[in-house]
Amino acid sequence: MSAVASVAMPANAIRSGWRWAWAGLIVAIIVLYLNAEWLPWAVVYPKNNVLPLMAVVDIVMKWLVDNFSWLTRGISSVMEVPLDFTIGLFAKGFSFGDGDSAFRIPRLSWLGIVAATACIGFSYGRWPLALLTGGCMLYIALFGQWESAMLTLASIAICVPVGVAAGLAVGIWGHRAPQANKLFITPMLDLMQTVPAFAYLVPVLFLFGHGQVPALIVTVMFAMPPMVRATILALSQVPPEINDFGDMVGCTRRQKLWRVLVPSSRPLLMIGVNQVIMLTLNMVIIASMIGAGGLGFDVLLAVRAMKIGQGVEAGLALVVLAITLDRLSQAAATHKPVLHPPGTPFWHRHPYAMLALAILAVTTLLSTVVPALHEIPASITMTTAPIWAKIVGWINVNFFDAIEAVRVWLLLNILKPFKIFLLGAPWLGLAAAAAVAGLQAGGWRLALLIGLLAIFPALTGVWDKTMVTIYLCAIGSVFSAMLGIPIGILAARHDRFRSIVLPVIDTLQTLPSFVYLIPAVMLLRVGDVTALVAVVLFAIVPAIRYTIFGIRGVPPETIEAAIVSGCTPRQILFRVQLPLAIPEIMLGINQTIMLALSMLVITALVGTQDLGQEVNTALSKAQPGRALVTGLTVAFIGIIADRLIQAWSLRARRRLNLA
Amino acid sequence: MKDNSPVGAAANDLATAPRTVKLACRNVWKLYGAGAESFLARHGGDPSAEQIDKAGLIAAVRDVSLEVGVGETFIIMGLSGSGKSTLVRCLSRLVQPTAGEVIFEGRDLLKASDKELIEIRRHKMGMVFQHFALLPHLTVLGNVAFPLSIQGVDKAAREARAREVIELVGLAGRETAFPRELSGGQQQRVGIARSLAVKPEIWFLDEPFSALDPLIRREMQSELLRLQSLLQKTIVFITHDFDEAIRLADRIAIMKEGSIIQTGTPEEIVTRPATDYVAEFTREVPRAKVVSARALMSPAATGGEYAVRVPASAKIAAIASAIVAADRPFAVIDDTGKVIGELRRDAVIDVLAGREGRS
Ligand SMILES: Nc1ncnc2c1ncn2[C@@H]1O[C@H](COP(=O)(O)OP(=O)(O)O)[C@@H](O)[C@H]1O
Ligand SMILES: [Mg+2]
Repeated sequence: MSAVASVAMPANAIRSGWRWAWAGLIVAIIVLYLNAEWLPWAVVYPKNNVLPLMAVVDIVMKWLVDNFSWLTRGISSVMEVPLDFTIGLFAKGFSFGDGDSAFRIPRLSWLGIVAATACIGFSYGRWPLALLTGGCMLYIALFGQWESAMLTLASIAICVPVGVAAGLAVGIWGHRAPQANKLFITPMLDLMQTVPAFAYLVPVLFLFGHGQVPALIVTVMFAMPPMVRATILALSQVPPEINDFGDMVGCTRRQKLWRVLVPSSRPLLMIGVNQVIMLTLNMVIIASMIGAGGLGFDVLLAVRAMKIGQGVEAGLALVVLAITLDRLSQAAATHKPVLHPPGTPFWHRHPYAMLALAILAVTTLLSTVVPALHEIPASITMTTAPIWAKIVGWINVNFFDAIEAVRVWLLLNILKPFKIFLLGAPWLGLAAAAAVAGLQAGGWRLALLIGLLAIFPALTGVWDKTMVTIYLCAIGSVFSAMLGIPIGILAARHDRFRSIVLPVIDTLQTLPSFVYLIPAVMLLRVGDVTALVAVVLFAIVPAIRYTIFGIRGVPPETIEAAIVSGCTPRQILFRVQLPLAIPEIMLGINQTIMLALSMLVITALVGTQDLGQEVNTALSKAQPGRALVTGLTVAFIGIIADRLIQAWSLRARRRLNLA
Repeated sequence: MKDNSPVGAAANDLATAPRTVKLACRNVWKLYGAGAESFLARHGGDPSAEQIDKAGLIAAVRDVSLEVGVGETFIIMGLSGSGKSTLVRCLSRLVQPTAGEVIFEGRDLLKASDKELIEIRRHKMGMVFQHFALLPHLTVLGNVAFPLSIQGVDKAAREARAREVIELVGLAGRETAFPRELSGGQQQRVGIARSLAVKPEIWFLDEPFSALDPLIRREMQSELLRLQSLLQKTIVFITHDFDEAIRLADRIAIMKEGSIIQTGTPEEIVTRPATDYVAEFTREVPRAKVVSARALMSPAATGGEYAVRVPASAKIAAIASAIVAADRPFAVIDDTGKVIGELRRDAVIDVLAGREGRS
């Protein structure tokens, strides 16, 4: 933290003042660390003084459930209707009546869905997209993941429209009421995006009862924020002349919104929609672990049972589904509508949609007589599970020693010492260090905020778990940065390399965080190093991306000026490009930290002893207080890191005259 | 469109003739910043520039009064940041003035309710924007028909009308193109067609040609002159280009730092600039292009013999070569054909040589 906070000071005197302050603080922490008995309450927070926040939350939740369960269960049963419909449509079919006499409508034929997806792909991106999306769906069908994938898709089909509509509505409200936006919407969005979704899953479960509806609610809450942000941004970026134009032709408020502002900001809004889809997929996977079934559940089962092949297979199906959804929604976002002369009938204007519907209808009808269209015939499905198992087995046999050596070395030389230090260090000293960093980077108000957030875990009795989280998150972020920034620099400077790196990180970013667990667990089994590898795989993307953007964003005139004044390429990089790119790179690190935090909650599924594990335990024991308090603590860690980095990044920008 | 009488005479004739006022504003102020209204009230509605600065406010428009007559092309000219856009937005009430009155067709626009304002804008006002402000998701046809569709005009009627105006601005055949497929000049033609689709009675153009290349700009100016000769709209046109102003204007108002410092015909402004600031603008303007026969004529010598009769409004540039070649003075006549003076060769040569004016 001292490195983060001590760079931006202009005057030498102030700088050396800060240096003394930090030196004093660090010495104090070390002295206390070594002599815990001098001030025991400052080293370990006294158990008797823990605030009973968890218990209070539990009581409040119980009261809510006792008094409002009629309402929440009611909402729940209303929301089950559309969900039952999509599950019937994609996965289970419908049946009316009982027993053999029941009237049945089959689910959509799998071949129909494959063909319809290709057809829609064709309409947005011709053959390349048709082959990609059709091929992906076919892969899911032939490799035995169809049932789970369709369950997942059924949830997505409900969550995405709800998330988009709700996000749009809140975004419009925020656009129209800037005050509400500033005081309420933005802080809520920040919190929703930093509190791990698991943490609010528990109270929602509590209120809405078990089942798929709470999973849906949490998914929408989790996936909506980017749509809200995209809407507010898009509406505020409509050129003022277009806004004036809307007024000048005499639009009413509603006409102006729906006929002028929203359509002219369509591209940005569609980016929001794309993000909602991807986050929904991510969350549906996680939520499916609480009983909804689907791909996430399969992955989790396989990973827990160390069924390597099945895990990889289910994980690949997830990847393939994510890619299909991402490419389709992106193509739809950038697609230029075709114009038809007035009076063209509907089926002429939407030929591909009509064709897709026709294919679905025909194949589904046929599936009542041709079983192969209903159920994927076992004779054409295949499994790659044994192959994956063999590959991983082979790697383990041949590289076990090397992998193990690295693992043990990391554990003994980096992970353990840092963990032991954090767990033994005086809580008051660490909280003070955080506050001082805040003071240095942003002044008194920031220091106060950070100080309060930092003592929260001590007061609520989760300090030790918090330290484990910080330790994993910090090491994960440092590794991500150490790997990501050099890759970013290389990619920024070499066009060929960049043209490889960019698509790869684009794809990595669309994958649900869950997927990253699989290779880590396969090769390293469970433990802290496994968690670390999964975190780095997931969190490295922004470090790379922002480094590329930062370096490539340096104005060409600046570089020309450096060349003219005789800089070597190396000097240009280290004296010009990197310093100017630092604010961007810091933003990337900021996101890396956020991603690392969110990944930690998931790695807890394979056994770490941090806050994520607390949330998981709270989830399985249905303890809303425990879940909320630990969830908030994770969010507070995120907020502390975010505010520190932003304050420092702002200083760096000011110093570089960029802001 | 209602008034279809052909306009033979040069535009300046209209300017000098008295006409009914279409749009006027009185003592309009627009101050940006917190507490602008109470500040203005505290200073008796007429604060000095220092007082405004001291209060930390920005005066985009200061105490502007003007009148625009029916069928007149009124140009507001000024450097960038002088408050032209703010003024024209006050006139259409896109911006709420801090103080003052805006009188449109005899009633105060600032007192109109939101509903009345929507009606006025739907049926009586049109506006063209510097960066075109076309809707990216609609075709040319969709854009031009848009104002009508907002009014609820049915599809067949609005598309018929849209095709009419698209034809009028010379874009027939491009109806199905999207804005991004058109050049800047074509996009602005769409903007013009769109603003004309509702047959507005007053037409606001905020630097409509400033974003275009010089050659295209001239072409669009000619296009505007052609349209105006057909349509006879009341025009409030904004520009920072003085050449454009004198080419198109019946009258010009020159703005500086939010105030209008001179209003007059191009000829008045060129020949009698009110301040050094205005004179600076007019320095490079060829006098012959703005000075009319009326301004240059001397009293008719009784019983003089004249080579040709020219209207009083004729510009010197248009008749210079004829008169320089002629051996006798020209007669200057008014609208009724009566001789009101004579134009001598030496006076014309003085103008052409840039020697006139300051005497
Ligand atoms: N919304 C606003 N808030 C504050 N100042 C403004 C605003 N709009 C315009 N101004 C200021 O008012 C002055 C006049 O602007 P404008 O009318 O756009 O000038 P012009 O169109 O002549 O270039 C400028 O100094 C501008 O910065
Ligand atoms: Mg302007």
